[in-house]
Amino acid sequence: MKRLLKGGRVVDPANGRDGVFDVLIDGDRIVRVAKDIPVNGAQVMDVPAGFVVCPGLIDMHVHLREPGQEHKETVATGVASAVAGGFTAVACMPNTVPINDNAGVTEFILKKAAEARLARVYPIGAVSRGSDGEQLADIGELRAAGCVAISDDGRPVKTALLMRRALEYAGMFKMPVLEHCEDLSLRGEGVAHEGYHASLLGLRGIPGLAESIMAQRDIALAEFTGGWVHICHMSAATTLRAVREGKTHGVNVTCEVAPHHFTLTDEALASPVSYDTNVKMNPPLRGTVDRDEMLKGIVDGSVDAIATDHAPHHYDEKKVEFDMAPFGIIGLETCVSLSLDRLVHSGLIRLPRLVELLSTNPARILNIPGGSLSDGAIADVTVLAPDLQVVVDASKFRSKSRNTPFGGWQFRGGVAATIVGGRTVYVNDSASDANRFQ
Amino acid sequence: MTSKHVAAAPGIAAVPAEQRSGISALRHKDLLGIADLTADEIRLILDTAEAMREIGDRPIKKVPALRGKTVVNLFFEASTRTRTSFEIAEKRLSADTLNIAATTSSVVKGETLVDTALNLEAMAPDMIVLRHASSGACHLLARICRAGIINAGDGMHEHPTQALLDAFTIREHKKTIAGLKVAIVGDLLHSRVLRSNVQLLTKLGAEVWVSGPPTLMPPGIERQGVRRTTSVDEAVEGADVVMLLRVQLERMQGTFFPSLREYFTLFGMTRERLRRAKPDVIIMHPGPMNRGVEIDSEVADGPYSVILEQVANGVAVRMAVLYLLAGGAEHEAAA
Repeated sequence: MKRLLKGGRVVDPANGRDGVFDVLIDGDRIVRVAKDIPVNGAQVMDVPAGFVVCPGLIDMHVHLREPGQEHKETVATGVASAVAGGFTAVACMPNTVPINDNAGVTEFILKKAAEARLARVYPIGAVSRGSDGEQLADIGELRAAGCVAISDDGRPVKTALLMRRALEYAGMFKMPVLEHCEDLSLRGEGVAHEGYHASLLGLRGIPGLAESIMAQRDIALAEFTGGWVHICHMSAATTLRAVREGKTHGVNVTCEVAPHHFTLTDEALASPVSYDTNVKMNPPLRGTVDRDEMLKGIVDGSVDAIATDHAPHHYDEKKVEFDMAPFGIIGLETCVSLSLDRLVHSGLIRLPRLVELLSTNPARILNIPGGSLSDGAIADVTVLAPDLQVVVDASKFRSKSRNTPFGGWQFRGGVAATIVGGRTVYVNDSASDANRFQ
Repeated sequence: MTSKHVAAAPGIAAVPAEQRSGISALRHKDLLGIADLTADEIRLILDTAEAMREIGDRPIKKVPALRGKTVVNLFFEASTRTRTSFEIAEKRLSADTLNIAATTSSVVKGETLVDTALNLEAMAPDMIVLRHASSGACHLLARICRAGIINAGDGMHEHPTQALLDAFTIREHKKTIAGLKVAIVGDLLHSRVLRSNVQLLTKLGAEVWVSGPPTLMPPGIERQGVRRTTSVDEAVEGADVVMLLRVQLERMQGTFFPSLREYFTLFGMTRERLRRAKPDVIIMHPGPMNRGVEIDSEVADGPYSVILEQVANGVAVRMAVLYLLAGGAEHEAAA
């Protein structure tokens, strides 16, 4: 069946395209993008003026919690949340129970994803068995089963030696090692950014140094091995400096920033509500200097991707003392609004750069289909409503969890529809009438 | 009630006019920290404590101010001084009190703090006095409980009644707090007493110096309007008040300094060091003391020490807090 997206502003940085075009889809493939494509029997989806048609967004860092922690999220609720947030694909971290360190777990996740038939799911395998930093996992087998990268996320790769081996070994498959950069001795029992606000509230601090010192190790190892390190959920200005320097010297290093790290600072620990466990995540919300540096990196191109680090936790787990609560917040359903509002409407970047951060680059880093609207590409398309007034209502989230600090926040910009493999999997009723994209 | 009789109520004397703060009531449900109080509110509590102290000197140490009120002392951390002090304060005000210690509660069965509090709430206490090892535990309860929450020490965050009784003690000796040089020396990083005292003393216009090993300095402390130095001598120079903080051995998770012996050599308060202070300096310590670590016994037991006065004043200050949070004289007039 042919479908024709007619009249939207097509933003496709991979093909240098930004203007009003039609997008013709046949089955699960893009046929072509051009001006005034004749209908010719295709089903027409009229894109309202001002809406944006872009390659499907890809969140390269989420936690789907299945297997093992289905009270927080399942693959099914996770991908429902993803498509509601405009994501056509997600890459899920291996810190499930058990850890995704073998083909059996990978296959299980992919089976659940196939049953859900919403967003594409790309599992990330563990670097080490049990992510305990001792022995390499069966990386080749994980890759054959469908893993697109490796990571011990939730913790850093324990030793420089194992990281060296992982970079060398994964390099054989051209896979990046996605690193959660954190020196555990410097983190100690810290629960919040080490600075004035944590100090005032009597919360143990995690300095930005805990992240950047590990990033420096990993960048040095990537340089030495020629392997590819991708720095996850970067939060500290000094980490970005290390990444920039690595790039300058031709090191194979890429990095991602989460929306909360380019939006909030550690001031959120104190206000509007003090000790809100929904502002507790790792890495923590940092100082203004760090937040502003993340924005600079997004503007100047040194940041490669925006990824949410979607980390669902059950209500009970977060309704405890601040230092007892688990780290992490959900992000799939607020990412687009935060990005459009804080980055595009604020005038920092233009839409093509945002699409690059949310689609083109993640596809390139993970070497997965999508990221462009090229002829013959898979028909993963996100339709954005850049001027939609959005009031975040966490009770309406598709995610199983509600742990967001953005409940009640108002943003300009949202998702209108999500199309995966030519099939409309999500339509936002408040952006346009429900039948338009069906 | 008019502001002419700040704390006047059955059995409680009015405060002398010259000591009165400009306000007559504490319009808070909870006392979570000094951070939430204005200078006037602090003065009101201190003024009210003056009136409360007199009750303790009577042969029958009891007034009916909180008759019919139920106060729960919920202590998740060991405490002798603070818990006893609160309990005596509650009894002198005729409140019905009960004490729950973590080891005897459902916490050992895995109940969460929130559930424990909600179950207590169901029995309609008027106030909960909470001590907990987690910073912010009182804020969590204040958001979900109808009962007033009084912070009796939350993690490394605040210990407001300690700072109030410290201020009360300072005021007794120095008449006013504004303009005094106060040196606070010890484990600053882990101290809730420090955080409450810095808030209070700076609000009342003292010049606050903090000193201790650089490894135990809270980051950004100077943004709170205090001077920091690793030289104890500099901090003590010309000080009106020297306050020692406990080296919290139980909270030391790393190696913050080489040894207790070296700590004493560099930071311990000795008679020699104290010579740099004003001749009428007073020495304070929130207890429990580590003699020979942060303070030499000669100093702790010496003529400048007001450490036991602090303990005595704790009862009056806590009576004032309980009384004012329950509505003070206004409440009684209405009842």
